[in-house]
Amino acid sequence: MAGPNVQTFSNVGVTKFWQRGFLASQSAYVLAALVVLMIVMSLLSPNFLTAGNLSNITRNFSFIAIATLGITLVIITGGIDLSVGSTIALSATVTSIVMGSMAGANFYPFPGSSLVLSVLAGLAAAGAVGLFNGLTIAKLKLSPFVTTLGTLSMVRGLVYVATQGRGAFPTGPDKELFLLVTAGKVFDVVPIAFIYLLICALVMWVALNHTAWGKHVFAIGSNESAGRLTGVNVDRVKIQVYVLCSLAAGVNGIIISGWLGSAPANLATAYELTIIAAAVIGGANLAGGVGGAAGAIIGCILIEVIRNGLVLARVDPYWQQALVGAIIVAAVLVDRLRSMRNG
Amino acid sequence: MALLKLEGVTKEFGAIRALSDVSFAIQPGEVVGLMGDNGAGKSTLVKIISGIYHPTGGSLTFDGVTADIGSPGEARKLGIETVYQDLALADNLTAAENIFLGRELKYNIGPFRFLRHAAMNARASELFAELKSETRAGDYVRQMSGGQRQAVAIARTRLSDAKLVLMDEPTAAISVRQVAEVLSLIHRLKDAGIAVILISHRMPDVFAVCERVIVMRRGTKVADKPIASSSPEEVTALITGAKEAA
Repeated sequence: MAGPNVQTFSNVGVTKFWQRGFLASQSAYVLAALVVLMIVMSLLSPNFLTAGNLSNITRNFSFIAIATLGITLVIITGGIDLSVGSTIALSATVTSIVMGSMAGANFYPFPGSSLVLSVLAGLAAAGAVGLFNGLTIAKLKLSPFVTTLGTLSMVRGLVYVATQGRGAFPTGPDKELFLLVTAGKVFDVVPIAFIYLLICALVMWVALNHTAWGKHVFAIGSNESAGRLTGVNVDRVKIQVYVLCSLAAGVNGIIISGWLGSAPANLATAYELTIIAAAVIGGANLAGGVGGAAGAIIGCILIEVIRNGLVLARVDPYWQQALVGAIIVAAVLVDRLRSMRNG
Repeated sequence: MALLKLEGVTKEFGAIRALSDVSFAIQPGEVVGLMGDNGAGKSTLVKIISGIYHPTGGSLTFDGVTADIGSPGEARKLGIETVYQDLALADNLTAAENIFLGRELKYNIGPFRFLRHAAMNARASELFAELKSETRAGDYVRQMSGGQRQAVAIARTRLSDAKLVLMDEPTAAISVRQVAEVLSLIHRLKDAGIAVILISHRMPDVFAVCERVIVMRRGTKVADKPIASSSPEEVTALITGAKEAA
């Protein structure tokens, strides 16, 4: 701070700009690795840097990236949400069922109503899962891992019960519109899901860095009792992050069902692991207190670029999972080595 | 009129009676030392005054009004600030963000409220200058020394017009030079008419800044007397039980 209260600091050095902020974060290292990887791939495969391929990569990581933003919020508070994969399936299923039954009942009060109401129903179902998780974790003080492991199973079970295991698919007067707003491409290149992702990421970045709420999210992850003692409404913030996480998963579920044109009952099974992996690779710390919107997206892109690269290089795609696992460990290890060096 | 008055305060945790029938009064601007061995009930007493625990029995009066302090936030609204023993800081936030945690400065754009980073940093820098602490408002607490962390926790109590500041072992983990600074800060609080309750194990600190000392032993108050008419030897005897009461 310049001004009248500049003090003399006899032995307190200034932290260099590259030792603080984004440049010092794991996200920055992973971003550097991603850039190197993309350069190598573009040299190895002439198909990599084509508009079509980049558009596909963008669409594919957008499928999980909004949910990754959501789970990053939960991870920053020191929690975890294992139920995101099931929540993706639930919102997709509820959206399709509501759309189908509105068409069946000839209920179409205004143009676009089938789309709007069914999407709202899907999001409401997802939000309800988040509310259940949040209330159980914040008020009943159950461990996030166990609670969301339970909802993972309960919600998946509900999806199977509701569709008798057959799944559902979007139908009705707004079907074309639904496919357009979920799986469409802007200017025939940019997947619309990517636009939603950018909006969500921007809102999350502003919320985390420029609102009191964001500071409370970080404070809870670092020192929950400090938050309580300083008057932060810890329980409310926790419930909010779980609801936001489930809503984000719900948005992704609706987008995926639009691209598939259906919502199979086993949709997004085990996606929670990919989503958590993307968040962790992108710099979210499972111990709490660290993470951000940019990192979450970088993690998603890295996973997808590797998958894409293996396909282009005609490597057995089963290697993907092993490689993603190795990258999780490598990303966290690099961060650990860096923090040991800086003390 | 007393600023804070405790009458017959009792606190039980199940079968354990942590405090029994504790009564005392604190005058405005008075600096009182609260001493006792581990488990004597000092921390429980502090937590009752700062709104973390509810007493099982007895009553608190603050500023002439019966106070039922339900949370740390309510205590703060009354004008009671606390420096906790573990400092209650979030390592991943900056000094300024910690100072303003839970009462951030904001501006409105439509229905949204955003942080006034510059104003909070400027105010925090002012507070650190007042405390003569070499602490930067924008530095992360993670990177700070014990003394700097202490400065952040104490700066937090200076944010509003506190009438009473509770300090739980503020000098336990800091350097000799910082101890002198904390003690001079307590003097400055007193000059500003703010009452301080200093919970400490360190006899020299209490005898350097306090006007009165209250000694606790096994959940009861065993002494409450002016520093001038006591001595470190007597207080030690009271703490250990070598002397029953004074």
